[in-house]
Amino acid sequence: MEKKRKDIIVTVIGRDEVGIVAKIAAALAQANINIIDINQTILGKEIFAMTLLADRTASGLTMPAITSRLEESVQNLSLKVTVQDSEVFQYMHRV
Amino acid sequence: MKFSSEEILETVGMIAEDKLDIRTVTLGISLLDCSDPDPSACARKIRDKILAKGGKLSEKTDFVANEYGLPIVNRRISLTPLSLVVPTADPAAFLEVAAAVDWAATEIGVNFIGGYTAMIQKGETAIDRALIAAMPEVLASTRSFCASVVLASTRAGINIDGCYTMSRVMKETAQRTADEDGIGCAKLVLFANPVEDNPFMAGAFYGTGESESSILVGVSGPGAVRHALENLGPDADLGQVAETIKKSAFKITRAGELVGREMARQLGVSFGNLDLSLAPTPAEGDSVGQILETMGLSMPGAPGSTAALMMLNDAVKKGGLFASSSVGGLSGAFIPVSEDASMIEAARAGAITIEKLEAMTSVCSVGLDMIAIPGATSVETLAAIIADEMAIGCANNKTTAVRIIPAPNKEVGDSVHFGGLLGEAPVMAVSRISADGFVRRGGRIPAPLQSLTN
Repeated sequence: MEKKRKDIIVTVIGRDEVGIVAKIAAALAQANINIIDINQTILGKEIFAMTLLADRTASGLTMPAITSRLEESVQNLSLKVTVQDSEVFQYMHRV
Repeated sequence: MKFSSEEILETVGMIAEDKLDIRTVTLGISLLDCSDPDPSACARKIRDKILAKGGKLSEKTDFVANEYGLPIVNRRISLTPLSLVVPTADPAAFLEVAAAVDWAATEIGVNFIGGYTAMIQKGETAIDRALIAAMPEVLASTRSFCASVVLASTRAGINIDGCYTMSRVMKETAQRTADEDGIGCAKLVLFANPVEDNPFMAGAFYGTGESESSILVGVSGPGAVRHALENLGPDADLGQVAETIKKSAFKITRAGELVGREMARQLGVSFGNLDLSLAPTPAEGDSVGQILETMGLSMPGAPGSTAALMMLNDAVKKGGLFASSSVGGLSGAFIPVSEDASMIEAARAGAITIEKLEAMTSVCSVGLDMIAIPGATSVETLAAIIADEMAIGCANNKTTAVRIIPAPNKEVGDSVHFGGLLGEAPVMAVSRISADGFVRRGGRIPAPLQSLTN
């Protein structure tokens, strides 16, 4: 049987700076989490907002561990990182 | 991407800013196989079953909360009504069993456990009498065990003798917990037409029609509904307001459905039901009263409050029913005074009275909830207030409840402080007009007619 993909949604919101996407992407790569899709925009003039879909099937990390790795990767920046199973969004936004 | 940034950011905002949460994951456990005429053996069987079924509840709840990034605030247990399990008409037997239940709850890390329950809507058995006789001591001496008594139903009418008895029990319970403003009464709910799969405390018990064990999920999120209405603006008409509430309720319910299914899978029990009830907490913004204010009332209790609450309650149910096939429990809006910052303020300002709250309970999902009244209120007056609330449930074929705290040594204008989720409440005025003669007649008010309902 094909192994079920375990998708997560990562959200990063906060003050814009150079290199946020690179830092998050590097941390995900290190955790063996594969990025599938990224949306990134600047809200207003300076609020950075990124939503990212990734596959964590190959990663051995738990969700709290993934969250803390990502938080560490941007720890000196004013950013809020959340990591959630993508099923949450499937349930809430699709009939 | 599968989801737009707007959708993702909306959900993240609902959780982070609007305090959308899974209010409770409640494990229902049937105790029907724990009955034993020897109280010690009965207590041991019940304790062992709670530990066996609920031992992993906390651990699994934490796991699911982390996995989905959805906060799960409380983990609780509801039990088969104890009057059906302890076959001994002796208050001491109930005290022994209650102590064992309380111990088991602490052991597995649940803050409330429901099921110290008797159903006396038509009359009492000797066992019911023993359970009720031990109730004040149980509520004072256990930390977590919540009690409920069914006093009325649409099919049986209202047991006025029961209202009178329970009024005395409330006064005694308040007296026994006087050093904490009568907090024992916050764990006691009196019902008309209760549901048997309610996950919310203090009124949860696990009905006899339920399976061996199942997961009952209570979802909340008044902040998320308020936020959606704020975005709608003050010019939208009430049809649009109802539509917005429905959509928010849909999304909140879906989050609960996901958690409920996963919790049931993790614990290897069935998924019983999902109860979407807008249940406030004292936290800033987590308020049902503020939803009414966002609708355009200057304070809850203003004329129009009953109409606004009817619409809110109905729209929540409609959104929830479309989102899940497992909707059950109470499902609607709760209006506890002490647990809702906006209601506390309205009570302090005199905007809301017990009489207006009573009217509002005819259209909300529960009843007179977490209301503090002067400790000197007579047993007869309190019994009459209980009877009035039972009448609303009975005649309208709906659940109503009473959770009132006759706060010892407190007067109108004083406040009671319970702390935590139970919050604080200004002591509200009670009518001084006597109903003594009516209540003292005793007996039962016959079941109301179900046709010609004009």
